[in-house]
Amino acid sequence: MSLYNIFDIAGSAMSSQTTRLNLVASNLANADTVSSSTNQTYRSRQPIFATVLQDTMGKSQIASKGVKVLGVVESQAPLREEYAPQHPMANEDGYIFKPNVNVVEEMANMMSASRTYQNNVEILNTAKQLLQQTLKIGQ
Amino acid sequence: MATTINTLFGVHEHALKFRSQRAEVLASNMANADTPGYKARDFDFKSALKQLGEPARQLKVSHAKHFSTNSSASSVSLSYRVPTSASLDGNTVDAQSEQARYAQNALDYQTSIRFLDGKISGYLSALRGE
Repeated sequence: MSLYNIFDIAGSAMSSQTTRLNLVASNLANADTVSSSTNQTYRSRQPIFATVLQDTMGKSQIASKGVKVLGVVESQAPLREEYAPQHPMANEDGYIFKPNVNVVEEMANMMSASRTYQNNVEILNTAKQLLQQTLKIGQ
Repeated sequence: MATTINTLFGVHEHALKFRSQRAEVLASNMANADTPGYKARDFDFKSALKQLGEPARQLKVSHAKHFSTNSSASSVSLSYRVPTSASLDGNTVDAQSEQARYAQNALDYQTSIRFLDGKISGYLSALRGE
């Protein structure tokens, strides 16, 4: 029954979006972390989504497609360098390093993730209702 | 009325199957709304209906080692949606229109259920002679 597969598909999307939300939270929490060297500085972390192919419709057609997080990559954007000789974390040249997290971008990311999550919850609910009605056929 | 048990429910039985498969495809589209490079897919209802009207073109199996052929309504081919607007990451899912299609498909599914329900209660009352 195809409607059962929707639970898997929407579930995989919800778990992927949760990972994305987690990363947004991590990025925002560390947006102002200061360090004294480039190696120790937090870098913005982003998920990579990929389609999961499942052959649920027989041999030839691949219809069911969930989504998974292929991995998490660190942004290669340049770190923010600041000259602050009074700062306790400043290095010998008087510089401190701040993460390359773009707060506005992360907020937009968060909204997109939460909307997609809500969307998938609705899909799941609709599929559940349809299945319940199907079970009641002929009663 | 020449009714065999196979054709008792008419087209609605196949319609229900088709609708549930389409719901799956549309759910896949929406699950991949943020996946780079994903291409939205859909069934063509017209060709599905046409295929149903035609007699099943099934290959004859004359040997035990032949592959069996599947000639059910599920053999309707999936096609790719023509994107309304281009996106940088190559994704062609328009979440809003997919949502609308999913809602419409759910309603059509419920319609098929109602038709089936009506048929069943009709047959039941005919059997009981009410």
